[in-house]
Amino acid sequence: MFSLKKPGRLSIIFVCIILGIMLAVQFRTTKDISSSVPFQRIEDLSQQLIKAEKEIRDLTKQNEELKQKSEAELAAKNLETIQMAAGLITVEGPGIIVTIDDSKRVGKLGENPNLYLIHDDDILKVINELWAAGAEAMSINDQRIIASSEIRCAGPTLSVNNTRCAAPYEVKVIGNSKNLENSLKMRGGVIETLQFWGIQISIKKQDVIQIPKYKGSMKYEYAKPIKEEVVGE
Amino acid sequence: MPAKSKKSIFISLSLPVIGVLVGILIGSSFPLTLPAQYSQFMSVALLACLDSVFGGLRSALEDKFDNEIFITGFFTNALLAVGLVYVGYKLGIDLYYVSVLAFGLRIFQNLAIIRRHLLKK
Repeated sequence: MFSLKKPGRLSIIFVCIILGIMLAVQFRTTKDISSSVPFQRIEDLSQQLIKAEKEIRDLTKQNEELKQKSEAELAAKNLETIQMAAGLITVEGPGIIVTIDDSKRVGKLGENPNLYLIHDDDILKVINELWAAGAEAMSINDQRIIASSEIRCAGPTLSVNNTRCAAPYEVKVIGNSKNLENSLKMRGGVIETLQFWGIQISIKKQDVIQIPKYKGSMKYEYAKPIKEEVVGE
Repeated sequence: MPAKSKKSIFISLSLPVIGVLVGILIGSSFPLTLPAQYSQFMSVALLACLDSVFGGLRSALEDKFDNEIFITGFFTNALLAVGLVYVGYKLGIDLYYVSVLAFGLRIFQNLAIIRRHLLKK
């Protein structure tokens, strides 16, 4: 009675076998997809892990270094940093020298000749831009710029650190020379504005620039230090 | 006559079941997997094949079974479905859901008709 010769039986079996194979493959594929973490996620996590491990290594190293160093050494290093920040020692390093000179242009009749001279605010603008670009030390005509340095008009000259200096002004800056130069040369920036009045600005990159220390004295008549409580120790 | 028809129904129902079981055995014994991005096409093809098999069963119960129609329908349905979904994928039209819906509806219809035939006999 049962015979495979009967039309259809063989083909049904054949077709059903194929169906079964497809079912099995699909089942396994679906299982694989749901059980495997997306590739992107793995990549992200491994990146994070590498970063975290590096941080751990760095911090352990730092910790050991700090433990090994004696108090005196640490204090000496602190002192150096503070002196550098205050401008009390001569420093050297790569940077740029900006030379600024009065305009050679002759003003028209009836025009204010002051427009063609360099003013304190022009220099201040240049310096402000340079600090923003990451300058580490600066001097104007060898007067170190420190926290209390003033730059103001004193007749036809400038007064910096209570010392008169006349044009041309030479601003020495230590820092990333490319960044410093770009900060001045940017579109609509300081140089473009000043050159409108014919004021001459030239920038020279140099690998070694020496910036002298602050020569004046520091006295504090009114300000008194307050012992700060160190949090967490 | 009723005895014979009962037996033929039994055979025509058991053959596909045996076939599917054998196929699952073969499929699971070979470590064959598809890349994840093709699983959509595979599922459409699978649905088309299921539809063809249920359609074949129904026509067998209605004594209208035609071997050639069954075999060609089985393969062309699956291939056409995959091809359509692929074209839709390229054109940005989600034909996948359309084919799933269409095949699903047909499968349920066929199942209902098969059930009625079995209950009648």
